[in-house]
Amino acid sequence: MFMKLTTAAVLAIGLVSGASAKPGEIENIDFSFDGPFGTYEKQQLQRGLQVYTEVCAACHGLKYVPIRTLADEGGPEIPMDQVRAYAKQFDVFDPELNDTRPGKPTDHFPKSALSNAPDLSLMAKARAGFEGPYGLGINQLFKGIGGPEYIVAILNGYTGKDKTEAGATLYENTAFPGGWIAMPPPLSDGAVTYADGAPNDQFRISEDVAAFLMWTAEPKLIARKETGFVAVLFLVLLSVLLYLTNKRIWSAVKGRGKDAEAK
Amino acid sequence: MSGIPHDHYEPKTKGEKWLHSRLPIVGLIYDTIMIPTPKNLNWMWIWGIVLAFALVLQIATGVVLAMHYTPDVSLAFASVEGIMRNVNSGYLLRYLHMNGASLFFVAVYLHIFRGLYYGSYKAPREVTWIIGMLIYLLMMATAFMGYVLPWGQMSFWGATVITGLFGAIPLIGDPIHTWLLGGPAVGNPTLNRFFSLHYLLPFIIAALVAVHIWAFHTTGNSNPTGVEVRRKTRAEADKDTLPFWPYFVIKDFFALAVVLVVFFAVVGFMPNYLGDPVNYVEANPLKTPTHIVPEWYFLPFYAILRAFTADVWAVQLASFVTFGIVDAKLFGVLAMFGAIVVLALVPWLDTSSVRSGRFRPMFKWWFALLVVDFMVLMWAGSQPAEGIVPVISLIAAAYWFAYFLVILPLLGVIEKPTIPPATIEDDFNAHYGTADGSASGASQTTPAE
Repeated sequence: MFMKLTTAAVLAIGLVSGASAKPGEIENIDFSFDGPFGTYEKQQLQRGLQVYTEVCAACHGLKYVPIRTLADEGGPEIPMDQVRAYAKQFDVFDPELNDTRPGKPTDHFPKSALSNAPDLSLMAKARAGFEGPYGLGINQLFKGIGGPEYIVAILNGYTGKDKTEAGATLYENTAFPGGWIAMPPPLSDGAVTYADGAPNDQFRISEDVAAFLMWTAEPKLIARKETGFVAVLFLVLLSVLLYLTNKRIWSAVKGRGKDAEAK
Repeated sequence: MSGIPHDHYEPKTKGEKWLHSRLPIVGLIYDTIMIPTPKNLNWMWIWGIVLAFALVLQIATGVVLAMHYTPDVSLAFASVEGIMRNVNSGYLLRYLHMNGASLFFVAVYLHIFRGLYYGSYKAPREVTWIIGMLIYLLMMATAFMGYVLPWGQMSFWGATVITGLFGAIPLIGDPIHTWLLGGPAVGNPTLNRFFSLHYLLPFIIAALVAVHIWAFHTTGNSNPTGVEVRRKTRAEADKDTLPFWPYFVIKDFFALAVVLVVFFAVVGFMPNYLGDPVNYVEANPLKTPTHIVPEWYFLPFYAILRAFTADVWAVQLASFVTFGIVDAKLFGVLAMFGAIVVLALVPWLDTSSVRSGRFRPMFKWWFALLVVDFMVLMWAGSQPAEGIVPVISLIAAAYWFAYFLVILPLLGVIEKPTIPPATIEDDFNAHYGTADGSASGASQTTPAE
């Protein structure tokens, strides 16, 4: 009886955990980093960084992300000299100099330039896009939390309509909760030209930047999955050994154990 | 330590005797580890070890996290991000700690419901039960304050809603509310004191765990039949029990390893599954999230809190009788704490002469319904209070109280229990046969019952 109840309880926990603020319908996208063994695609993250730098960074910031991490293993893996050159484009206020100076890799990305543009560092984790069958959310294991999908949906969810409300222009967006967003449509086909010649239609660009923002939100994703995999592997092995030990110990007191029968 | 006769530690060498006459600590450890334990414990008796592991895990990871965390409203969120990005294996420590809380609560709920089904709370184990309830309360307080520390949106607004409950107390509610928060609203003083208490309470829990173990080592473990270990002679006791080491230590470790496979899979592959995404947005006192929900382990009681709205007749009656002192808000708060109080009082509410639910044909069904009820409440707590949800919450909350206050006391009178086996030895042999290979029982079951 308890086994059944336990199973039911575990299911119930899943059922409620999936319940959270619901934006419009979000379509799943097969990102390279989905699933227990998924990893970031270095080229895609580099393209995403380019999109972020050329488009998003005009208004948004990434204040929790140190620029040096662009060189980290498992991320965009940009060579350190290029990271140094990249950092230089930012004017950073240095309290010691009491003046601005060119950015260094140890600095963080600047914060949002526009007060109503949210910081994007954690956006891919702060928005859950889909909730799985019956709201269980259990497909997160294979499809990810849906945050990057939400970002793609927002970037492609514009209907072309806009309205003016209290002096501000709002744009209709099917993915945004409430349906009207203050951000003007930021992307279009060919908005960014990639050095590697990768396709740059609007949808691909938005996928690339969503992948990049997943990395800014979860830079240790690869290390985490590897650790999890090793831990699970060793614990399964430990379970088997303990199962056999347990069986052996108890067989002496359990009449129907194998050892007792052998005697 | 327990009343069951068993081997005691005898110091043999000169050194052992020297220590034993000054501090009998080796003897204490020996008696604790070698305690006679009913042979027939099933797999629901493993949650204690999982809980012990969870406590150690939370303290170990928490102490290191505290080295890198800054309890200041302007720095807290960024310091947690610093842990996630810059501290060596910081992401792992943080995700272990975050999901460790869920592991802790999964285990404690299964542990509590095991106690409820097998009547573990009944005489002479009431004190064990009460200590356990105190541990559970402290766990909830610790988890709640810990959730505030990352200073995300849900941290802030959860803290605002829950501490606001104290404001419902008549007359002294507002001063208590201000005193708890250290100001008129959740702010820096609140974050500082929550950090301090979040660090303190686990050690009080650890001390109570020692008392919890001391209490049930005094009475001996309960077991699935609810039949007591025979303890008149050593020979009889030996037929009913086995020493904790190695039989139950290895069994418990096996179960723990299996549980940890699932735990590490969650931590490694979907660490944010049980958390609310909104908590990855820094706290903003000017912007309320559309839907404030506590973590999953608080949802059943959150549902009870919200179930009693002003249009419920019981609330209106209470308000009328008390000349308006008990309003809907206070009623909800009282109901929420009452739901835990009735749980704590269950040793005195259950009137049945039989301990284990296995031999109580009617009780079984009401208990199963209670488990379903708990899950319905959990679901209701996660939903916005609109549509059918308030009605479901109310019915489910009513059943929670009815189970403890009406059904349990009545069942003891009207139910005719079946006959438990005479001894634990009989029960064990019925399942596994005797050690010499002959089966005395009728049915064969798998070891993993």
